[in-house]
Amino acid sequence: MNYLSKLQQILESGQFAVTAEIGPPKHTSVEAVRHHADIMKDYVDATNITDCQTAIVRISSIATGVHVKERGIEPIIQMTTRDRNRIAIQADLMGAYSLGLRNVLCLSGDHQKFGNHPTAKNVYDVDSIQLIQLLKQMRDEKKFFSGEEIKQDEPQFFLGAVVNPFADPFEFRVDRLEKKIEAGAQFIQTQCIFDMERFERFMEMVCQRGLDKRAHILAGVTPLKSWRAAKYMQSSVSGMIVPDKIIERLKAAEDPKAEGIKLCIEQINYIKEKIKGVHGVHIMAIAWEEIVPEIVKACGLYPRP
Amino acid sequence: MIIAQQKSIEDIAKTVEGCKKILLAGCAGCVTVCLAGGEKETEIMASALRIKSRLEEDPRTIVTYTATRQCDPEYIEAMAETVKDVDAIISLACGVGVQYLAERFPDKWVVPALNTKFIGGSTLHGIWEEKCGLCGDCVLHKTGGICPIIRCSKSILNGPCGGSQYGKCEVDPDTDCAWALIYDKMKALGKLDKMMEIQPVKDWSTSRDGGPRKAIREDVKID
Repeated sequence: MNYLSKLQQILESGQFAVTAEIGPPKHTSVEAVRHHADIMKDYVDATNITDCQTAIVRISSIATGVHVKERGIEPIIQMTTRDRNRIAIQADLMGAYSLGLRNVLCLSGDHQKFGNHPTAKNVYDVDSIQLIQLLKQMRDEKKFFSGEEIKQDEPQFFLGAVVNPFADPFEFRVDRLEKKIEAGAQFIQTQCIFDMERFERFMEMVCQRGLDKRAHILAGVTPLKSWRAAKYMQSSVSGMIVPDKIIERLKAAEDPKAEGIKLCIEQINYIKEKIKGVHGVHIMAIAWEEIVPEIVKACGLYPRP
Repeated sequence: MIIAQQKSIEDIAKTVEGCKKILLAGCAGCVTVCLAGGEKETEIMASALRIKSRLEEDPRTIVTYTATRQCDPEYIEAMAETVKDVDAIISLACGVGVQYLAERFPDKWVVPALNTKFIGGSTLHGIWEEKCGLCGDCVLHKTGGICPIIRCSKSILNGPCGGSQYGKCEVDPDTDCAWALIYDKMKALGKLDKMMEIQPVKDWSTSRDGGPRKAIREDVKID
């Protein structure tokens, strides 16, 4: 079989995948991006490149993806539907494909209200599910979103989507995942998991419906540096559930950073060993990219294939 | 109906600086119902402007006229006499009324007194909420009578997104998540299977994206 990307190859060969995240900078220097890519290179299979996360203007995910690729890591380009209409999305993604980028993660994106341009106009010409469906159509039917034929060399992306088991209505989250898979999502990354019990219930429902056999689910984890970071996520980040016991544990720790790393390692090991249907882990070490290798090693996930 | 709200008196006064005789034109349509530009509001605003002109020792004559509807040529014709010798018209109608007056009285300085906000209705006395996105291709039959185009802050057609929590929208904890409402409604109606259908990409050409829209009824048209 011809794989669309290395990430697809790893997932389809049944190996437990490891992905991480690199956030583009709010300026034009990519030194930090290159540095983070160099650090993570041997420890992850691919890294997400965020698309103006929390609606803050940064270097574009595609441009950053090219820098990361040059350092030897396969990027996963995040594409939100917040800032581009169907014309711009297709143009940018065809450009991304021409630059050698092969994985796309489709999201609706954080509302502009949360970013540094809250008075901007949002686009939302298409939603995340429609985006998956239309990129699949481009790849499998050689058709633009409009239905017009692509005469040659259509973009062939390995398509990803996100799922948030911590959003409501809880019962519908599995339905919505099914809709995304139905639309064409081949891999799924979850929101950061802190409420392991809820994630387990979610995955039980996913497995009952056989969705784990139709797409590769990567569990999202975030190492926390301090109890304040945990508290912030609990109270200020929408669609998150952070149990009090995590905050208490970090508060009580002598070395909160070490405790945060330990907690993240425990979470990954638990997910890997106890939760059925999970095919990989997505480590979102926000502003703490250097810690990824240590976590990957401690979880027995090094060396990478 | 159209929901509008008054601009501040300072902002309105700035738009008619130097004008000595001003007509305040109210509208007895939607803006009367939403308490922004009816006869009562027009008279109150006229009093406010008169007081302002006295306090600032800037003598001005303020006259008023409230039309049945400003969005209809036949109802604005009656103010033609009054308009003749004024320097400016402040319209307390929605943006449509302002434009009808500007077109009918091309040599007059016509300014808006209101910000036209949205189409919606009152939920409690003194509270109005937006209910329709004017997309030109109604989807309410698919969404349990709840409009995702305008009531979802991302206008998504396959919601709710990952920012929906405890029934509220991530953008504002006081705003209901439209898709959570749709889900509850569909569940109550035993139609959750409809939520599993992938709604295709929308044709926005019927919305404002196609340029200014026109509705034509050949059967009632008089040439």
